Amino acid sequence: MAQKLSKIDQIIAKYQADKSTLIQMLLEIQRENRWLPKPAVARLSQRLGIPINQIYHIATFYKAFSLIPQGRHAVSVCLGTACHVRGAPRLLDRVTDSLHIEPGETSTDMKFTLSTVNCLGCCALGPVIVVDGEYHGNPSLKEIERVIASCD
Amino acid sequence: MAQLKSPADLDRTRQQIISRRDPAKPCITICSGTACHAYASEKTATAFVNEIERNGLKGKVDIRRTGCHGFCERGPIVVIFPEEVCYLGVKPNDIPEIISTTLVGKELVDRLLYEDSNGERVVHEGEIPFYKHQSRIVFGNNRLIDPKSIDDYIALGGYSALSKALFEMSPEEVVETVKRANLRGRGGGGFPTGKKWETTRNAPGEIKYVIVNADEGDPGAYMDRSLLEGNPHSVLEGLIIGAYAIGSHEGYVYVRQEYPLAVENLFIALNQAREYGLLGKNILGSGFNFDVTTHRGAGAFVSGESSALMTALEGKVGEPRPKYTRTAVSGIWERPSNLNNVETWATVPLIISKGADWFTSIGTAGSKGTKIFSLVGKVNNTGLVEVPMGMTLREIIYDIGGGIRQGKKFKAVQTGGPSGGCLPEGLLDIPVDFDELTKVGSMMGSGGMIVMDEDNCMVDVARYFLAFLAEESCGKCIPCREGIRQMLHILNRICDGQGQTGDIELLEELSEVVRDASLCALGTTAPNPVLSTIRYFRDEYEAHVKERRCPAGVCKALISYYIQPERCQACLRCLRECPVGAITGDKNLVHVIDQDKCTRCGTCLEVCPPRFAAVLIFSGEPVPAAPPQGTKVERTKGTQQ
Amino acid sequence: MKKVKKVTLTINDREVRAEGGMTILEAARDAGIHIPTLCYHEKLAPYGACRLCTVEISQNGRTQLVTACVYPAEDGLVVKTDSQRVIRIRKMLLELMLASSPAKTIQDLAQQHGVAKPRFEAEKTNCILCGLCVRYCNEIKKANAIGFVGRGTERRVVFYPEIASTVCASCRECFSLCPTGKLPSETDGVCFDDLTLEDFLGARQARV
Repeated sequence: MAQKLSKIDQIIAKYQADKSTLIQMLLEIQRENRWLPKPAVARLSQRLGIPINQIYHIATFYKAFSLIPQGRHAVSVCLGTACHVRGAPRLLDRVTDSLHIEPGETSTDMKFTLSTVNCLGCCALGPVIVVDGEYHGNPSLKEIERVIASCD
Repeated sequence: MAQLKSPADLDRTRQQIISRRDPAKPCITICSGTACHAYASEKTATAFVNEIERNGLKGKVDIRRTGCHGFCERGPIVVIFPEEVCYLGVKPNDIPEIISTTLVGKELVDRLLYEDSNGERVVHEGEIPFYKHQSRIVFGNNRLIDPKSIDDYIALGGYSALSKALFEMSPEEVVETVKRANLRGRGGGGFPTGKKWETTRNAPGEIKYVIVNADEGDPGAYMDRSLLEGNPHSVLEGLIIGAYAIGSHEGYVYVRQEYPLAVENLFIALNQAREYGLLGKNILGSGFNFDVTTHRGAGAFVSGESSALMTALEGKVGEPRPKYTRTAVSGIWERPSNLNNVETWATVPLIISKGADWFTSIGTAGSKGTKIFSLVGKVNNTGLVEVPMGMTLREIIYDIGGGIRQGKKFKAVQTGGPSGGCLPEGLLDIPVDFDELTKVGSMMGSGGMIVMDEDNCMVDVARYFLAFLAEESCGKCIPCREGIRQMLHILNRICDGQGQTGDIELLEELSEVVRDASLCALGTTAPNPVLSTIRYFRDEYEAHVKERRCPAGVCKALISYYIQPERCQACLRCLRECPVGAITGDKNLVHVIDQDKCTRCGTCLEVCPPRFAAVLIFSGEPVPAAPPQGTKVERTKGTQQ
Repeated sequence: MKKVKKVTLTINDREVRAEGGMTILEAARDAGIHIPTLCYHEKLAPYGACRLCTVEISQNGRTQLVTACVYPAEDGLVVKTDSQRVIRIRKMLLELMLASSPAKTIQDLAQQHGVAKPRFEAEKTNCILCGLCVRYCNEIKKANAIGFVGRGTERRVVFYPEIASTVCASCRECFSLCPTGKLPSETDGVCFDDLTLEDFLGARQARV
């Protein structure tokens, strides 16, 4: 944990402990760990002098943050309007069936976390699913299964 | 690169860049916007590099990864200069043929060209109907430049507007020009940009801020993403000009972290601009200082609201402020702050270069210039389109968009995102501008244009937007939080077949209070998707409530799937694909859906081959009795398995 | 003491004098004109969340709905605190609040405005998120033992036990501020059943 905290300190130093960059620091910690561990938040609070309740308000307000550990593979289904009218709800049903988890959940083996997003800005491809940063437009049931199977 | 210390330095650099380039040298451009990226355009680009080397053409051909061309439906788009041959949907295995046939042989690869409705092949991008009817003044350069190269931007005259503003115009003249151009904000409300600049300029206080709102949150709109990804310097140039006009020395770009490529290209652009002396101290030797900080948004639609965005820039929760003072007067750290969105900033250099009169010659009386729309949904040619204000919805959807997919019937077009509304066929001939859209109960918003067909349920669409808003509201004020919660409850029960008499009227009553009493624009416009669908599609609401029927066949609780025995050819496809095993039958035996087991997922309808079209949706009436077990199929001619 | 400018405005056809810098609400209360509020507290920064103090103002021929707790009392302003539009808004807000919190304060207010049974699905959180407790704890006590989490319809108030366990037992000043009685009835100042960050995260997990 000491090692982890020194990483947090590095991030704080990078932003010169400037309180107004709190959200940027949280984004970096999130990227580092794929979630925001409690000791990291406590460290930020202590070093920046920002009360813990304010940090948690931010951490639970923005969609980019997670307060629970995330799976190794991030699967997200776009629920933007263009995707919705082109069948995103059905795509989501299929993905939840394949992964056996609901949006917001992580599989017990910590392999997958499923989330939904409100528009990724590739509306022309919709409905879209993103697996570990790779976009797949209007995938068939077989394609979903192939992509999911390719994750280890 | 040495810093540019004068306008003459900039001109000289431009001449040098141009003279280094041979216009006759072949150049292959590959669209590398996010959509094309999803089509593996990077693999295509790599394949080009390898194939060029293999043919011993290294150094004789340039390759340029450009930003989004807009015709995302048919990406990745490859254009080969100097002939400007345009190939669509190019895959890595097409590359050897393109190199040998087009680049070396100077012949066309017909199958990769656009084919119009008469079967004629179209060679040049600009002649494709999708592009022909557009006026791409803001977005057009995307196809010509590598967004990671400031030289590409400068070669096309980039930063000459900044040079003009700094050396030939006073700040007041710049404000006056933007005012005279009647540029209105492209992000939502359509507030006059020049007026906002003037307020910030005249507001008391030494320190002022200018901000780029790149938190494009409207679901279904992605023009800001494509501009920032594809031509970041145009946004930056507009921002610097605005800062000069307003008297600001510090700027922010607030960009969604969900747009990684935009963030990356923006960072590169900022560094290049600093290296060239276009940002920082004494810009181009003018004595004007200005620099930019980027702030990544962590994902909250409400943070696109101007006061919320400024609160977020201070490092706090991005909630709207309850104050009645304008952010132009009291914004970040209570200092005068001017916020415009990406597209607005990118339009500014054009106005400065070409003049207010040129800009006002385009568009309608109240809305000048062009607007970029993301034309998406059930339309044939999805993508980003830029048209003069005042073009009709019909021209955009049919002439540019090529009409509705699969010959279906148009039902509605949704504009303005969650703050906008759904417009019916009867309004297709209205000219699209800020005021006309507001008049009919929708709005321009940031330019999302989502086309819906007969298979979309308008109650479901209203429910979709309310569910979006229930999640995206900050939840602070009661009319917005509780009003949206209850409207969503009511819409849910209507879609679930539990609608009650009076529900439609209650929705209207609630809408009025949410509109009148909410704290910020998210709340005051939240009822629009509900009110506009009730206004234009009341019959669909009534069918759900009174007849327990979903006319579009969408609302699961109100529909049943049925296999027509006389059409079923027992191909086993639906039987195998049904995720819950609700379909019985066998080879040569008619397939039957067990209505109790069926979850209405629609897979059977989707996989049933169109030439059989055996699956029907029933709503508001019971499905016909199933044929007796073991009924043999009637073979129809030409469908022998 | 700094001398403040006097302004004159009209509230419900009555001429009212106020000090510059006052809000409409303060000016009205000084003049003995009642405007209902739930999230307002004189010691706290204006918050503008309950919207119950919405009034109609006219200025330069423009009519507008604003919240009296935030809008400044300006010279020449014409304010209506009981116009038809204002009453309609107030009634609907109370009806919405009743659905989430059938507490006595809310019921009494509703009754005064002729609102009986809400037509909406009950969402009994017993909290209207007026934020009085959170703001009082942060702004006045500077204890930060309690805060907001989440957004949209999932927004909640939570306690941070690591702080609350040391400060709350001897304070409990927020209890009397709570208009719905949630705090005094659902906590004893030491134990915060279903009111911690973990509970919030757990509930969010369970809901999906």
